[in-house]
Amino acid sequence: MKTAIQVNNRINHLFKHKSRNILSVYFTAGYPRIEDTRPTIEALSACGVDLIEIGIPFSDPVADGPTIQASSQTALDNGMTLAKLFTQIKDIRKSVDIPLILMGYVNPILQFGLEEFCKNARSAGIDGLIVPDLPMQEYLEQYKVLFDQNALHNIFLISPQTSPERIRLIDENTDGFIYMVSSASITGAKSGITPEQERYFERINAMSLKNPTLIGFGISNKATFDKACAYARGAIIGSAFIKSLDKEKDLKGSITDFMHTIK
Amino acid sequence: MQYKVDKNGYYGNFGGAFIPEMLYPNVEELRQNYLAIMEDPSFQQEFKALLSDYVGRPSPLYLAQRLSEHFGARVYLKREDLNHTGAHKINNTIGQILLAQRLGKKRIIAETGAGQHGVATATVCALMGIDCVVYMGEVDIHRQKPNVERMKLLGAKVVPALSGSKTLKDATNEAMRHWINNPVDTHYIIGSVVGPHPYPDMVARFQSVISEEMIWQLEEKEGRKSPDYIVACVGGGSNAAGSYYHYMDDPAVKLVAAEAGGEGIKSGKSAATTFLGKPGVLHGSKTLLMQTQDGQVVEPHSISAGLDYPGIGPLHAHLFDAGRARFISITDAEAMKAGILLCKLEGIIPAIESAHAIAALNKMELADADVLVINLSGRGDKDLETYIKWGGY
Repeated sequence: MKTAIQVNNRINHLFKHKSRNILSVYFTAGYPRIEDTRPTIEALSACGVDLIEIGIPFSDPVADGPTIQASSQTALDNGMTLAKLFTQIKDIRKSVDIPLILMGYVNPILQFGLEEFCKNARSAGIDGLIVPDLPMQEYLEQYKVLFDQNALHNIFLISPQTSPERIRLIDENTDGFIYMVSSASITGAKSGITPEQERYFERINAMSLKNPTLIGFGISNKATFDKACAYARGAIIGSAFIKSLDKEKDLKGSITDFMHTIK
Repeated sequence: MQYKVDKNGYYGNFGGAFIPEMLYPNVEELRQNYLAIMEDPSFQQEFKALLSDYVGRPSPLYLAQRLSEHFGARVYLKREDLNHTGAHKINNTIGQILLAQRLGKKRIIAETGAGQHGVATATVCALMGIDCVVYMGEVDIHRQKPNVERMKLLGAKVVPALSGSKTLKDATNEAMRHWINNPVDTHYIIGSVVGPHPYPDMVARFQSVISEEMIWQLEEKEGRKSPDYIVACVGGGSNAAGSYYHYMDDPAVKLVAAEAGGEGIKSGKSAATTFLGKPGVLHGSKTLLMQTQDGQVVEPHSISAGLDYPGIGPLHAHLFDAGRARFISITDAEAMKAGILLCKLEGIIPAIESAHAIAALNKMELADADVLVINLSGRGDKDLETYIKWGGY
């Protein structure tokens, strides 16, 4: 059953008003320094990024490559927690209007308390969640009601191995966009887009899904971003952005410099 | 009360398959096929033939006379230490390699802590002529050098896990990442009753050959099919699952699990998950997990590398939750003392993991007529250096 598009959610609004070249950036909260979370969001927004994924650090991120593993560990060593994150972004809607998504593994969310987590996310003005190790069935039975009550879109991933039937099922249960993992890989694993990947992107496009797609994993520079944008509404950059950050360097300057290389 | 896995992959409140979508096709392929493959007569025939002629099963059930006198009960040792490669781990790797072949997989990956599961995996890969990659924490590679060389000698590639704490949990993370990167032709042989459904159930079924043999062995020796107690150590819990399996639904059989207390439950250097853990999600299942208040996984400690894991299998979390099994925490010192005791009384050098199970008897109230089976899950050759360093014998 098709639900009416909720234009009050910033994710839906973005996809309604921008048709292509949507740039989403992932970063790890509390990295490189614990106090960098909010300035990073503000600097990315000022650079014209369309959507931001705020990574919740976890000790055992199985879907992530070395770069995000290391940034997560640094953030945890900095003392980053979910409670601190919600404090840092409490007033973020006073300065930032673009859609914000929290991305993190299920265990820290469970320990914080699912209901508490959803309420805090809502009051901070978060629009969506990506929980890579939350299975769809579990989501539908245990999480969806709370996510919906707090106007949080759950964003699912698909990969080249995801069957067409399952992609349909995911499409049916998604509002916002579908996160298309570019290849069989963890984050930050590959550079360049192969003809095989292009065939996969074309195959998904031919399915005419009701939700738009963004391509992520392995999008590291202008060339891969542009190529991904030829097959989807936009793309997500994570590891490459994190690599450009350094606690010794000026945060805003580093972010502006990196974004100039993409846009 | 139901102790076996339900149709959703849960044991009570624990279990499930919390995996990234990228792994869903692999795990789903396994879930859809594992029971049919395992129940196929040709599979059973091949599995049983290898267990008998290659592993050396059945493993003896040995009435340990002097140990019995010492503890004041009839104490049997289920001699998994006499298996090929020196532990129960091979029961599972034989089963999984046959299953991987039937799924058409061409490569095998595995994680290992102490190296026992890595050696058992490298062994069956050599036997079948299949490429094998074993992930092992860099810290463990230095702690368990002989097993690293054994794996290499058997033709496996050993890859150091350099992330996180560089131990078993990180080796497991790396193996899962490798599987995400190689989803089509690779099978991941998990070494314990952990991981996403169907792994805990599949591994428990392969290890259940232990309790299956105990039934007829006890009947031969004691004229009864079931003991009063089964005692096993629990890290992830595969040897405990295998020795409990056929007795779980019989409340007359008391199940005892020895956990690694490390330097003491309150020392901050422990691996006693049921005492220190809370429900959480790691490596694909919801289970009891040692973690911080913020849900970050805590690095455990045990003198025994095979018990040095921050979680337990979801089956064991359920047995604990339901009060079906009694969990006893055994410190490093208590385990070493019990290991040395077994050497002196029975001429058997146990793996330090298994020594935890023996030590548990000191904390049980036993009657002379009680029949106990201790699952002696592995032999202590690999631990010689630890015994030497510990001294006191």
